[in-house]
Amino acid sequence: MLHTRTFTSNIFKLQNAEHLSLYRSIFLCQEVKQKSDQSREIYGSSDSKMAEIIYNSDHIQLQQSLRKIIDQEINPYVDQWEKDGHFPAKTVFKKLGSAGFLGVTKPTDYGGLGLDFTYSVAMAEELGNINCGGVPMAIGVQTDMATPALARFGSDKLKKEFLEPSISGDSVACLGVSEVGAGSDVANINTRGSRQGDDLIINGGKMWITNGTQADWMCLLANTGEQKQQHKNKSLICLPMNLPGITIAKKIDKMGMRCSDTAQIYFEDVRVPRSHIIGEEGKGFVYQMLQFQEERLYAAAVLISPLENIIRETAKYTLQREAFGKPLLSNQVIHFRLAELETEIELLRSLLYRTVALYIAGNDVTKLASMCKLKSGRLARELIDSCLQYWGGMGFTNDVLVSRLYRDFRLISIGGGADEVMLSVICKYLNILPK
Amino acid sequence: MSAYRVLVGCKRVIDYAVKIRVKPDKLGVVTDGVKHSMNPFDEIAIEEAIRLKEKKLASEVVAFSCGPTASQETLRTAMAMGADRAIHVEIDGKEAETLQPIHVAKLLSKVAQEEKIDIIMLGKQAIDDDCNQTAQMTASLLNWPQATFASKIENDNGSFKVTREIDGGLETIKVKLPAVISADLRLNEPRYATLPNIMKAKKKPLAKKKPSDYGVEVKAHQQVLKVEDPPVRQAGQKLETVEDLVVKLKDGGFV
Repeated sequence: MLHTRTFTSNIFKLQNAEHLSLYRSIFLCQEVKQKSDQSREIYGSSDSKMAEIIYNSDHIQLQQSLRKIIDQEINPYVDQWEKDGHFPAKTVFKKLGSAGFLGVTKPTDYGGLGLDFTYSVAMAEELGNINCGGVPMAIGVQTDMATPALARFGSDKLKKEFLEPSISGDSVACLGVSEVGAGSDVANINTRGSRQGDDLIINGGKMWITNGTQADWMCLLANTGEQKQQHKNKSLICLPMNLPGITIAKKIDKMGMRCSDTAQIYFEDVRVPRSHIIGEEGKGFVYQMLQFQEERLYAAAVLISPLENIIRETAKYTLQREAFGKPLLSNQVIHFRLAELETEIELLRSLLYRTVALYIAGNDVTKLASMCKLKSGRLARELIDSCLQYWGGMGFTNDVLVSRLYRDFRLISIGGGADEVMLSVICKYLNILPK
Repeated sequence: MSAYRVLVGCKRVIDYAVKIRVKPDKLGVVTDGVKHSMNPFDEIAIEEAIRLKEKKLASEVVAFSCGPTASQETLRTAMAMGADRAIHVEIDGKEAETLQPIHVAKLLSKVAQEEKIDIIMLGKQAIDDDCNQTAQMTASLLNWPQATFASKIENDNGSFKVTREIDGGLETIKVKLPAVISADLRLNEPRYATLPNIMKAKKKPLAKKKPSDYGVEVKAHQQVLKVEDPPVRQAGQKLETVEDLVVKLKDGGFV
């Protein structure tokens, strides 16, 4: 009860009149003609995004324009990129950057559009129409993982050198946080930045670095202070990737997300000026944590479209594939299962939109965002596994989208905040996490 | 040399990638909940108009659309691509279904006169009705020269040199302005509406009008009797030799 009241009062606080009218029509039961979902080709798509609580016509226009770029500049090449195990980040990011899509929420002083987070979510949802997980993930690192802290806390000089070209698509960014011995346990990273006059000397290594083999700079998290206070001794540093001492040791051979290059990187006495520290020294960990909510919501948003697509593709396939004299789809277990999974997608979408609405109204949505991340990783595995079964032998080949997404989306429960970490967060909010 | 004022017509049609389905009552196609976008040839027309503006040959690009309220989305895309303002002539759903090129041509000519337009740019045809009539009718109503199926437009001191794609190849003509031009596929490749421009377009004026504002009647003068799917393609036959083919053709009375 309390939650609903808080939620509704927050909706009223939203300045956007369109949100208010949507609230009235949805919660006060005025007639909103909800157009029935139809798949893109045969089964249509939700052309009724306008009725969604966090979107207005601007979001739809953004999505339509982005869709054109995806259809013409990205999707035709995805199969080849997957085969090559590499996609040309520079080229793709430049195309997106020129159209303004890499700086949606970034400050206008540096080429961004200064829009609110709902536009990031709209963009993430549209990126889900790319026929692989690797490219949206790489774009997400550029827009929502490597750059938010810089945009919020970096000096003007740093922003001009690193943020501006990342927004225009001239620079490829990567995020250097995870290490071989520290993924979920970020506080335990070993990479050190020792002070030497006006410079920092970086020693250590990073692991699982998306865009790592192509990046021009890295947003690096390193220990720069006393060993004792693990949450207060780290700094975020803008590290140009062409400095001597940086070695791209390995391009990791992964089960999925194959067109996205993931690197293991070593630092040996890498010298970087202390002025490259983003914001205050020692605040790196806190800065990085501030954007966790957005990262988790992004992960959920990117999954909605591909999961929807797989349901429709599976319906299409099982309609024409016959066994024992009739289409597979006419078996109740199959069409009922698809309906169950479609329900789950809408539940995830509702959780996502509600969380986003609360977030842009200024609330702390850590618990709900963690739930979004947890649910999206698990739903992706469940849904794609169920659908793949109905594809039979075809589902097991590398010629179909469902098998690629099966491999790609297994990562969601692991990266960007493992399921177990999300569960711990939720337990904390329930006050049931052992001290 | 003064800069020209350009009027560009755009139509909201079912997106080219959508699989069209006939309605159960066989009186039309399913449009509810189906993805719509700007007619591709109209996008090309808008792009050409904006390029004229960038070359400083045009001073203002006005986008025009007639149809139901949703047509405003199309106009907003036109403004996001660079059109300066838009005019929407509201025609409700029922009347829009029976709207014909002659109605649109009458509206276009009235708007062109009111707005003192020098160049009317249209797509050569809409991908839903494939009429390929509006440009020609508009030119006739205004008694202006027309250059249809344009694949290249060059400025020539108060006239335009237009290369047209015709059945026999390419034809180059010179048209004095004011004129009506219809865009063909190879005229240009339309730009993406960038996000900054989408945001800027929100501030651009969009005038809402009715056909009566221009003294034009849009009553239906046709009635759709039936809409059907094209016949299912029959299987062909594989033949071994050219001789067999000639025999079959002779037997079928084709030669």
